[in-house]
Amino acid sequence: MNIAVCMKQTPDTEAQIKIADDGTHIQTDGIKWIINPYDEFAIEEALRITEKHGGEVTLISLGPASVEKTIREGLAMGAHKAIRIDAPESPADPQVVGAALAEVLKEGNYDLILFGKQAIDDDQSQVPSIVATLLDLPAVAVVVKLDIEDGKATALREIEGGHEKVTFSQPAVVSAQRGLNEPRYRSLKGIMAAKKKPIEVKQINLKENQLSVEKLSYPPEKKPGRIVGEGPDAVPELVRLLHEEAKVI
Amino acid sequence: MKKFESPDYFQVDDLLSEEEKMIRQSIRDWVDEEVMPIIEEYYQKGEFPMHLVPQMGEMGLFGANLPEEYGCAGVNNVAYGLMMQELERGDSGIRSFASVQGALVMYPIFEYGSEEQKKYWLPKLASGEKIGCFGLTEPDYGSNPGGMVTKAVKDGNSYILNGAKMWITNGTIADVAVVWAKLDGEVRGFLVEKGTPGYEAPEIKGKHSLRASVTSELVFQDCRIPAENILPKAKGLKAPLSCLTQARYGIAWGAIGSAMATYDEALDYAKTRIQFDKPIASFQLVQNKLVYMITEITKMQTLTLQLGRLKDQGKLRFTQVSMAKRNNVYHALQIARMARDILGANGITSEYQSMRHMNNLESVYTYEGTHDIHTLIVGEDITGIPAYY
Ligand SMILES: Cc1cc2nc3c(=O)[nH]c(=O)nc-3n(C[C@H](O)[C@H](O)[C@H](O)COP(=O)(O)OP(=O)(O)OC[C@H]3O[C@@H](n4cnc5c(N)ncnc54)[C@H](O)[C@@H]3O)c2cc1C
Repeated sequence: MNIAVCMKQTPDTEAQIKIADDGTHIQTDGIKWIINPYDEFAIEEALRITEKHGGEVTLISLGPASVEKTIREGLAMGAHKAIRIDAPESPADPQVVGAALAEVLKEGNYDLILFGKQAIDDDQSQVPSIVATLLDLPAVAVVVKLDIEDGKATALREIEGGHEKVTFSQPAVVSAQRGLNEPRYRSLKGIMAAKKKPIEVKQINLKENQLSVEKLSYPPEKKPGRIVGEGPDAVPELVRLLHEEAKVI
Repeated sequence: MKKFESPDYFQVDDLLSEEEKMIRQSIRDWVDEEVMPIIEEYYQKGEFPMHLVPQMGEMGLFGANLPEEYGCAGVNNVAYGLMMQELERGDSGIRSFASVQGALVMYPIFEYGSEEQKKYWLPKLASGEKIGCFGLTEPDYGSNPGGMVTKAVKDGNSYILNGAKMWITNGTIADVAVVWAKLDGEVRGFLVEKGTPGYEAPEIKGKHSLRASVTSELVFQDCRIPAENILPKAKGLKAPLSCLTQARYGIAWGAIGSAMATYDEALDYAKTRIQFDKPIASFQLVQNKLVYMITEITKMQTLTLQLGRLKDQGKLRFTQVSMAKRNNVYHALQIARMARDILGANGITSEYQSMRHMNNLESVYTYEGTHDIHTLIVGEDITGIPAYY
């Protein structure tokens, strides 16, 4: 079973995001970079599948040489090798990313292609579906449980208000949701081994961006909290406000 | 709980490799998720969290700087030190466990053991399947271990041990004890397995410090062990002292972690605690304390990183380790006390960690050579005059 996991480097979930002077990028100095958390679920799942069934896990990431730091993290978790598709920056247009990944994935003969369900930086959630479409493969999104037995694949998907169980043929594109697994810690041995694993750099012609960022802005500032009273006497007023003002009950 | 970020006032991180930083981060994450939520409870109960041992083994934290052929991670000494820093940021007891297992049990077996002893014990100790302890100190011989009275006598194909060891970390839970005893007047090392008749390891209770760590007495009464359990290459007091150099090296790093934890807590608290209508961080006296803390942490970081680089280059002198252990533990303890003070009454509760660190560091100040003994070691080194007696 050969599995490809497409992963993206994103700012740490606790990073303080500041908009750069150009107004269309974020400031990158001092930001801690991590593997997109949903991609980490995908890597963990790929490792568990190959530990059970044998095979190799290949990480694929698009970006400049600086993304190799997080690729190494994935290799430290246990992935066997990696491909970096060279690009000056991560393209804003998911079509460009999807096309580049599809071109490289096509050459690899993978039995399964895993993604995170979305990248936590620009939250587009488009790339897995674009890749599946370009490769003409089944796309199974937002998966919280995955079973691969003798070529038969079953997944549990999270849907509004419940779960959906699906079966599908392989190869397929699957995107991981939180809950799929608990990613492992990088062991010291894993980190030492990662140093020696190959990262192949591929140069390909990227499609032209059809989408460009015009302007980034901060979310509106949160309004300060309000104390409506104290003790049981405050309950009716609180209930009224939650119902009429906040409209949550 | 928020994820921990270490202070780095002098951009010392720029001097670390990506791999060293990745190792630090991995252990930091583990400490955040597995140690921080439970450690206060275990400290209060006076128990060591045994369930962490297999996880630590899996992550390769035991004897991490020993070679891969014996099941160890084979990391460099700076990465090993960063690991100790992160563990002690959680609790000195967790770091003590790793120090004893790696530097005081695996290291002597690696350095002084036979090939069979290494092949048998090192992989099991590396994975945490087996736990070890190190028995040097005796009730009447602490700072002066050369005076030890525990004796070994050869009897046919065995050695018979008699004597007692005191203050032995992990003693009660250890599967194997590295015991130092005199054979015909010379200090030698022996491996004593749990359950050997004539060997008991009762736990010492009622500690105010290192409560999340097991400390024990080891008692040997005509304890007969197979002759092949002697460490063949360990001869004389310099053998156990060389192990202590390894462990003290880790402690020097560990103290930085503890200091970072208490500084972080005090800084946060000082910025949010309001008295006289202002955050207490706005008072000069409080700032003075915080500045002392970050300055000493920064000095420790630079001193100890150079110590690690010297160790990796094979240039390390044990007196340098003494200086670092002495300096770092002393200042970590002062920092913990100041943090406790800045936290006011809250500082004495288990809601905050500074007092736990402070109490732990009282042990760290004493074990592995007391602060004053390290003064004498460095003093002898620079003057050429021993001042122990
Ligand atoms: C929690 C804990 C865990 C420990 N774990 C281990 C372990 O795993 N294995 C092990 O072998 N030991 C262990 N120890 C023992 C530790 O190493 C000793 O306690 C330490 O070496 C000091 O010995 P002592 O307690 O007998 O104090 P003493 O040697 O009696 O010292 C008492 C005081 O006298 C001072 N002093 C002594 N000699 C001199 C001198 N010549 N000049 C000036 N001042 C002097 C000391 O600095 C100290 O202030 C542990 C101790 C503790 C508290």
